[in-house]
Parts: sequence; C-alpha cells; structure tokens
Amino acid sequence: MTSGRTRLLRDMVRIRVVEETLADHYRDEQEMRTPTHFSIGQEATAVGVCAATDTRDWVYTAHRSHAPYLAKGGDLKAMVAELYGKQAGCSHGRGGSIHLIDRAAGFAGSAAILGEMIPVAVGTAWAFARGGEARAAVTFFGDGATEEGVFAESLNLAAVRRAPVLFVCENNLYSISSPIGARQPAGPTIRDRAEAAGVTAVQVDGNDVFAVHEAARTALRHCREGSGPYLLELATYRWREHVGPGFDHGDGQGYRPAAETEAWIARCPIVRAADVLREQDPGIDRTVAEWRALFGDEIRGAIAYAKEQPFPDVAALLDGAYQPVPR
Amino acid sequence: MRTLTYWQAISEATVQCMAADESIFIAGEGVDDIKGTFGTTKEAFARFGPNRVIDVPNSENATAGFAVGAAAGGMRPLLIHTRADFMFLALDPLVNLAAKWRYMYGGDKGGVPVVTRGVVGRGWGQGATHSQSPHATFAHYAGLHVAAPASPADAKGLLVQALTGDTPVVLVENRNLYPLTGEVPAEASGIPFGVGRIARRGGDVTVVATSLMVHEAERAAGQLAERGISVEVVDVRSLRPLDDRIICESVAKTGRLVVADTSWARYGFSAEVAAVVAENIPEALTAPVRRLALPDSPAPVSWPLEEAFHPGAGGIVEACLRLCGQAPGELPALADVAAGFQGPY
Repeated sequence: MTSGRTRLLRDMVRIRVVEETLADHYRDEQEMRTPTHFSIGQEATAVGVCAATDTRDWVYTAHRSHAPYLAKGGDLKAMVAELYGKQAGCSHGRGGSIHLIDRAAGFAGSAAILGEMIPVAVGTAWAFARGGEARAAVTFFGDGATEEGVFAESLNLAAVRRAPVLFVCENNLYSISSPIGARQPAGPTIRDRAEAAGVTAVQVDGNDVFAVHEAARTALRHCREGSGPYLLELATYRWREHVGPGFDHGDGQGYRPAAETEAWIARCPIVRAADVLREQDPGIDRTVAEWRALFGDEIRGAIAYAKEQPFPDVAALLDGAYQPVPR
Repeated sequence: MRTLTYWQAISEATVQCMAADESIFIAGEGVDDIKGTFGTTKEAFARFGPNRVIDVPNSENATAGFAVGAAAGGMRPLLIHTRADFMFLALDPLVNLAAKWRYMYGGDKGGVPVVTRGVVGRGWGQGATHSQSPHATFAHYAGLHVAAPASPADAKGLLVQALTGDTPVVLVENRNLYPLTGEVPAEASGIPFGVGRIARRGGDVTVVATSLMVHEAERAAGQLAERGISVEVVDVRSLRPLDDRIICESVAKTGRLVVADTSWARYGFSAEVAAVVAENIPEALTAPVRRLALPDSPAPVSWPLEEAFHPGAGGIVEACLRLCGQAPGELPALADVAAGFQGPY
C-alpha cells in the first residue's frame, strides 16, 4: 500500500514539473502556438482517479487535459510535440493542447467545448457494457460544464441505461473569471444534482490524492459491477490563469482574492501527500527532490525532442478529413 | 426488378445492414413505437428488439454525444430524428466532434461513423419549426457526408453506404417521399457519396435538384416537353461531397441552369450549385442562373400561406420558360407531389 501511495505522489510531482517547465517555455519562447490550460495545483484529481483505472478503461477530458493525459500514462514526448505543432505529436499537429489522445494508454481524447465529452464517455461506457466487458469510461470536466444542458442530459441517459461511466467533476470554483456563486445557486451541490438524476455521487477533497484515489477505486468497482454510473465532485483549485502560463491573482489582476489563491496554494496536493508519507518515510523530501531532478531532465529532453521534430507536411493538410478523400 | 416504396427501401437497408453487422444499433425518440418512424424501423425492431432499436430520452445533444462515444468504442450508431428541426439540438456533437474526430486526432486513430437520419418536409401546418430541411447546414462542414436521396433505390443504397463507411453521415429524408415506389435492388449494395445521376435527359435547360425537388423537376420537365422545351434533370443525390462534374457537364450542354431546393436560397444548396458553375464553366451560361427555393421567411401554418411558401413543379416550369424566353401562364397548374398528403399531421 505504501508503495502505491508513494507512486501517487511521484505521479503528481512528475505532472507538476512537466507543467511548470512547459509553462516557462510557453511564456518565454512563444513557440507552442496552442491555447494551453495548465492543471498546476489540480494534480491530485487526475492522479488519484487515473491510478484507479485499468489500461483498458478509457479516459476522456475537457480542455484542461495534460494532467489526466499524463496520469493515464499518455506518452510525454508525443504530448509535448503536439504542443509544438509537430508531426510527431499525438495528434500529428492537428489537435493541439485541447485535442490530446493516446489510445494505447486508454486516453481516449480531450475536447474543448464545455461538457461535450460527458455524453461521449456515456456512449463508450455503454458500448463496453454491451460487449460484456468489465470496463469503465471516465470523463473529466469542470464545475462550469455542469451548467451545460448536456450534463443533465448525460446524467439521465447514463442512469437510465446503467452505463459504467465515472463522471469526474473537478470543481475549481471558477469558469475562466466567473465564480461559481455567480453561476450556480447556493444549496444544491453538483453532487446533489447528480444524485437527484439517479447517479451515485460523492464529494471528496480533491487536493487529497489518497482520498480521491480511494473514492475512485470504489466508484470504478461500482461501475464495473454493473451498478450504473457514479459521480465524484472533487474540490480543487487551479493556481494559474484559465488559459496560459501566468499567475493571475496578483494585485489589481483579479477576479479572485489573492488571499484565497494563497490559501489554496498552501493546500498544495503534493505538499499534503508528502506530509502524510513523511510519517512512514522520513526521507520523502529527499525523494521528492530527486524526482524533481529526474522529471526535469525528462521534460527538458521531451522539449528538445519536440523542437527537433519536423512540422507536418503542408501537402498533407487535408489528410484525415475524409477517408477516402472525396473528389 | 421488384419495386419497393421509399420507406420499405430504408427499412430493408437497415435490416440487411443490422443482420450483417452486429455493431449497428438504432437510437432515437420513439423508434420502437407502433408507427416505427414512418415504417422504416418497424421490421428492425421486430427482428432485433429493444437492445438494438433503442428508445432514448428526449436529449438530442446527449444522444448524439453518446453515439460519438459508442462509435469511438467500436459501435455503429444510426440516430433518427422524426423531425429534423430537433437536430439543431445535436449540432455540437455532430459538427464539433463527429465531423472533426478523425482529423483533429491526427487522422490515424479512426473516425466515428455516426449516421443520422433526419425526416423533413411539410405535412400540413407543420410550420416554422417542424418542416425545415437542414441539409445545407450540415453540408457546410468538412468531415461529414450529407445526402438527400430522391428515389427508393438511392434511399437504400446511400443508407447502406453510410452504415458500411468510415465517415459520419447525415441523411435527409423528405417525408413526402415515403410512399413513392421504385425499383430497388434486393442486395445491400452501397451507392458512393458524391456521385449524382441524370434523372431525365434533355438539352435546353438543366434543372439541378435534390430530394423531393427531383420529382417536382421531372413533372415540370414532362409539361415543358409539351412546349418543346427539353429539360435535363440532375439529381445530385449527395450534397457533400457534391458531384461538380455531372452538374458542369449538363450545364455545358444546355447553357441554362435552374436549381430547385426545399430550403432557403441564401448560403444554401442552390447557392453552392450556382457557385460551382460560376467557378468552373462561366462561359457556358447563356442566361442567368435561376434559383427556386423557399421565400425568406420561416414556414407558415395557414393553408394558403403554406401553399404559397413551398416551391414545386409549377415554379420550376415558370423558371425554365423564362430562361428560354417564353411567356409562362399558358399551361395548366401542376399540383405538388406533396399535395396528396392526408392528415392528421
């Protein structure tokens, strides 16, 4: 169990180092020409959930896709090459940050329109169950997506078809700059609305990777046993701006109070996990430092690799739009 | 060859494809009911039951997204809307996901071949939001195939092609075509998208039409023959891809073009056909292009307004006569194909 818990921390550190490094390069180079939504501060949701999946389970996400992609085992070099628009990218430079995919790892795709991958996961989950397979589909989305009509439609559809789908709501309190209080009434939570639709649902501290992981294991067992859909509402917080590499809680920038952001940064999921593990492993901080160095080398290597790769051939502009290409 | 009605041809294609491929399933509101989507899903439900002919919640957006996810997982969904106006609620999954899926994930991860049938057309008093034909809306987007078959054989062949292909497809069916009969091959052979047909040969005027308007054009051509005008009717069959060649070859021969559509002219099918001719063979035209389409208002309900709103054979006759320099008005009025419609809806 300890090794499993250490692995959760390690995966979070890897994602943090990758994203912080990418954010620096994104800002300084102006070469990753794709709108990029960093998950820095939200690593526990992606890692806790994805570590509970099997390779055969599929994960879909919304635009904030890097952390679940990496947590699910998506290829780092292919992701970075995609950000640089290269042919070696996971979507061969056609998708960008918001359209990542790694089918071999079970990362089935990310997409950018709020809520649109929610029913997609229901359909995949239903197809799995129809084939008699004990597999689940997982879909990550934010609190903002729960305001889309398709969220309510999908809860209902999943419940009535008993689809083995795990809905993962990363409630980070803001839709771009709009606070949840301006968008959703006080009272019924996202969890409550799922439950009202007939979907088993729980709220979990989304910055506690161990709690998220346990909840996801329970949820996925429920799905695979044929007990129907499940929703996790995970409270978390993004540290950076909605899209782009910067912080946006400084003086005069703000739609969110600096004190609020600082309080959430103090609840860093990596620090909290290390605090827990330190009781059993006094050397954990040294281990984390070693990981930071290791993953720093890995992401710098991936960036160097991506930069060396060729751009797609312009002659192949239309490839894939149709198969066969129409006359 | 034996004859079938248009609805029987669709039913036969559906059943044959479902028997051959267990991954095909039907999803739509009420597809399992006693009327069976104008009869088209009745036999499929009788043969394959509720696990493959699925009545879904009134959630067009989620159902289309569900179909995308099922297709990504290896299934072949056939979605049905008995009023195509509801397809606007499914635009996001069809346009932002299905149409783009293969391309935006790099072209080599597979597509999501979601097939959507949308029923369109006037019954009586269907009005503004129950009789529109959204074929041009969907035909705008790269990544989709869009067809509006006019004959029973094409209704079967294009549906077979859709259910065996790799591209998401929107098929538009005018409800007034369901009772029409025609020869239909017994086997399930596909008709490729992007290949039009000459519905009637002629040399003086080309009428390019789709769906119900092919029949209106053929009836108009019969009457115009009595005036010594020979009309060639081109049935494009599919709007995307569009068979530019068959259109241009016909217009190069006749020098005159009328485009007949069941939707609006602006930015629509008739605009596209006119553009194809203007771009490829501008020198061929001996007269201006005429477009026969819906007037620029929503569809009305009241009977006389509805009669005035929908284009038909009479309008095509008049347009062709004018292009040929003849005065209209001396021929008996033609009743539209849809005029034989019996209630209650």
